[in-house]
Amino acid sequence: MKPPRFRYYAPHSLEEALAVLAETADEAKPLAGGQSLIPMLNMRLARPSLLIDLNGLHELSGIELDSGAIVVRAMTRHRTVERSPLVAEHAPLLAEAIRWVGHLPIRTRGTVGGSVAHADPAAELPGVLVALDGTVQLTSQRGQRLVPAQDFFVDLLTTAAEPDELVTEVRFPFLPARTGTAWLEVARRHGDYALVGVGAVVSLAEDFTTITEARLSFIGVGGRPVRARLAESALRGQPVAAETWRAAAATVRGEIDPAGDIHASAEYRRYVAGVLAERALALAAERAREGARR
Amino acid sequence: MPTRIFGEPIKRAEDPRLLTGRGRYTDDIDLPGQLHVAFLRSPLAHARIRSIDVSAARDMPGVVAVWTYADIGPCQRRMPLLIPHPDLTHPYTRYALAKDEVNHVGEPVAMVIAESRYLAEDAVEAIVVEWEELPPVVDIERAVQPDAPLVHEELGTNVAAHYVGIVGDPEGAFSRAAHVFRERLIIERSAGMPIETRAIVAVWNDVEGVLEVWDTTQAPIVIRNALAALFGLAPTQVRVVAPDVGGGFGCKIMVYPEEVLVPYAALALRRPIKWTEDRLEHFVGTNHERLQIHDAEIAVDAEGRILGIRDRFLHDAGAYTPYGIIVPIITACQLPGPYKVPNYHVEFRAVYSNTVPVSPYRGAGRPHAAFVMERLLDRVADELGLDRAEVRRRNFIQPHEFPYDVGLIFQDGAPTRYDSGNYPGMLDLLLQQMDYDRLVREELPRLRAEGRCVGVGIACYVEGTGIGPYEGATVRVEPTGQVYVATGMPQQGQAHKTVLAQIVAEELQVPVESVQVFEGDTAHFQFGSGTYASRSAVVCGSAVALAARKVREQGLQLAAEELEVAVEDLVVEDGRVYVRGAPERGFTWAQLAQLANPLRYAYAGDLVVRPRPWTGPTLPPGKQPTLEATEYYSPPHATWASGAVGLLVEVDIETGQLFFRKLWVVHDCGKMINPMVVEGQVHGGIAQGIGGAFYEKLYYDENGQLLNASFMDFLIPTAMEIPRMEVAHQETPSPLNPLGVKGVGEAGAIPMPAVVAAAVEDALRPFGVRITRMPLDPDQLWRMTHPESP
Repeated sequence: MKPPRFRYYAPHSLEEALAVLAETADEAKPLAGGQSLIPMLNMRLARPSLLIDLNGLHELSGIELDSGAIVVRAMTRHRTVERSPLVAEHAPLLAEAIRWVGHLPIRTRGTVGGSVAHADPAAELPGVLVALDGTVQLTSQRGQRLVPAQDFFVDLLTTAAEPDELVTEVRFPFLPARTGTAWLEVARRHGDYALVGVGAVVSLAEDFTTITEARLSFIGVGGRPVRARLAESALRGQPVAAETWRAAAATVRGEIDPAGDIHASAEYRRYVAGVLAERALALAAERAREGARR
Repeated sequence: MPTRIFGEPIKRAEDPRLLTGRGRYTDDIDLPGQLHVAFLRSPLAHARIRSIDVSAARDMPGVVAVWTYADIGPCQRRMPLLIPHPDLTHPYTRYALAKDEVNHVGEPVAMVIAESRYLAEDAVEAIVVEWEELPPVVDIERAVQPDAPLVHEELGTNVAAHYVGIVGDPEGAFSRAAHVFRERLIIERSAGMPIETRAIVAVWNDVEGVLEVWDTTQAPIVIRNALAALFGLAPTQVRVVAPDVGGGFGCKIMVYPEEVLVPYAALALRRPIKWTEDRLEHFVGTNHERLQIHDAEIAVDAEGRILGIRDRFLHDAGAYTPYGIIVPIITACQLPGPYKVPNYHVEFRAVYSNTVPVSPYRGAGRPHAAFVMERLLDRVADELGLDRAEVRRRNFIQPHEFPYDVGLIFQDGAPTRYDSGNYPGMLDLLLQQMDYDRLVREELPRLRAEGRCVGVGIACYVEGTGIGPYEGATVRVEPTGQVYVATGMPQQGQAHKTVLAQIVAEELQVPVESVQVFEGDTAHFQFGSGTYASRSAVVCGSAVALAARKVREQGLQLAAEELEVAVEDLVVEDGRVYVRGAPERGFTWAQLAQLANPLRYAYAGDLVVRPRPWTGPTLPPGKQPTLEATEYYSPPHATWASGAVGLLVEVDIETGQLFFRKLWVVHDCGKMINPMVVEGQVHGGIAQGIGGAFYEKLYYDENGQLLNASFMDFLIPTAMEIPRMEVAHQETPSPLNPLGVKGVGEAGAIPMPAVVAAAVEDALRPFGVRITRMPLDPDQLWRMTHPESP
């Protein structure tokens, strides 16, 4: 479990990093927290000839508010997000989900940008980003662009980023009024990749009895985070009631197409996705009401 | 009054060093000029080697040697069969490097020795092997069919051993039984996963003419003897040291190919050589355990008393049988557990498959046995409408019935004879601890009325521990006052340095800190076999006690002579030997050690040696210049520990998640040397047992590829998954050994599959399911509660 030979470069600025990346994109791999890349190197599953270490780029760290969104710069550690009062206030779904990411040592090293760029379909952050209709900022020497999360995640470990582009920011939009969120997942052990996980976002009408909008974003049930669009549209206008959540679960089971592996079968994942949807929707609706009361 | 040290929960002497990162493990040992090894391992489960081309690898930078079977000189012999057995009619061991056939994924094929591990792994990739694929044998039920492909063609069969054990008249018992119940019970494949993988460093010490080897082994003396024999060296020309070892769980007791190849490289190349197993290698290169398929039947009378048991099982031996059939033998002998089984037919076939070989992993056949026995008893209780605890009570061996003969020959070749125990007392203590009646009559119904899916299980077990052949120890009082203790046992975390010191400190009444235990180094002790089978405290502890008692006698004798009093008038207290009632008339142990040795001691502060008139030789014949004794202890047979566990679980039937709500343990390992260490062993064993019940399973596909060879996919429970447990002790001393102790090393791991099955089955009563396979997982639990699911 030793990596094959590679060169290592530690740029001093984003500009320099982008310049090096532009020259070497096909053979280079940016190194963020290393929680996925380093094991892949050691198992010789990834063989970049150059590592561009972003850990010295302090300009890529930080959390701030910006025009209706909470902006997390790419090299911000999970642990920083987990402890951020800004995140707790403006992106409670992110705050809730991030505790499910690995274990404390992993969260202490792992970065938001790294997780998003790695695009593991069972990872929490991509699921949260898709649930919140967030965006990913990509930067290259050619310029900057914002890609909606839904378009950014293409398939298993595959994103819309070009080889010369770096993920530099991730934006989580604020929630509308009377909106609650919930993150639930089932993993074999605490900290494992989810067998199934779901982020639910529920917005209620002013009387708190009707759903104006609902979103469901699943992880572990496809090659990328999966939005349950049919269930979401069926929920719009429905009453806040147990039967509503149960019906949504059935719709979810009909529209997702998970695969099985040694940890859980496709049938299990399909069923449990419905269970978690039902529970997460109820919880999110409850929180929408509680939030308004507070 | 003598100070009580034996039996006190003192903190582990090992911990300050280990917890502050000052441990020294084999991989921490770096020698100047050291070379590194990487192995090419078979990517196929079953194949012939047509050719191996190592030329490109040999030419790579930093590569010193690339060896295949043809290059390994004395290591070309087959690896040893460590434990033969008359019923192991078709043993088969491997070559250190595959000669012309590979039989499991991970089998070493070629060895690269290079200036760094990185370069060595690069070179491994450049070795070209032309394979001729053979049909893999993975499913052991298929393997025993007459037309199955063979793992080892020349054996003509996949059955390594066929064992039959019969006690009483099983056929008669079944024919007159009121009820007979039958189960098919399966325990899946798993493996020990010590946090420290295996590692070996070897160097030829040219100054002294000694081959020095650091090895993570559980049996350094065994390795020393093997290397000496293999290389034609005197045993004293080989020194094997097991330094700090980070867990063993059984899989580090073996003579593995790497353990002879790395020392051979040190001899052949005259350079220090290091190999550290990486985790991928550990999954496919270090022995596994567990898979057994039982077809078991129990015959009972109308009151649920056992008349007989019949069990036929298949045991997956893996590709080779270097450790014989120890695991299934233990299963066969321990299956009756703490119960009277007057008529018993047990039969197994140990079956070859193209998978990693099987040898003991903590529990070593016992979790399987307890699972079968306890499942059968739960079945009896449920079918007869009896409380599960009551069925057990009706079948226990009673305290007055010891010694109790099960009627079979145990793993050590001795009768399976329980020496002592109090099983009804143990269960009563458990039920009391659980508040069982209230739990079952009030709490469970209350929780169920809330719609919660909760269940309770109990399980009882015995554990044959402390087997021979023997261990030894040297105890010496140094003239500086410290006490030196040396044994042949290494440790992998069990606190030998603490508990062996307690034994000596108790005998000599010295501070436990003054006792220094040296172990795991053949330079300190030459005879013994190692740490396994929950035997260290029993066998080595007894040898230490015998040696310490002899030193105590020596000290008393010497003091009596010097003080001109009778031995009976002396007491040993406060680190001194003195005249009863006259504490000023006496000596410290340091003074006695000096008196024993007619030399002058520079710097020793309180010399008591004074010039004496000439009476002959300074050291008269028959005297030794030291308070020192070496003693050996060889147990007549195993001593039998026992235990009982209770578990309250909750199942989320919609997600199949299992929650351990409460866990109670009663354990009886005879006299406890250190209750804190005992509890640590119980906790660790139970954690591992929970692994075996809900997490740890090795998945082979039909091609013999291991699908989850990483800690991402092979699930070891972490602290997050282990519930709090309440541990209570019962002490039923063993009459067999001088300390009255029994082993505890594997205890907790044994009952967990059984108790988890019982509790989950109880929780799922509304669904009428039977738990017959371990480990469980959420998918299985979900299927049981959603029978309509595909």
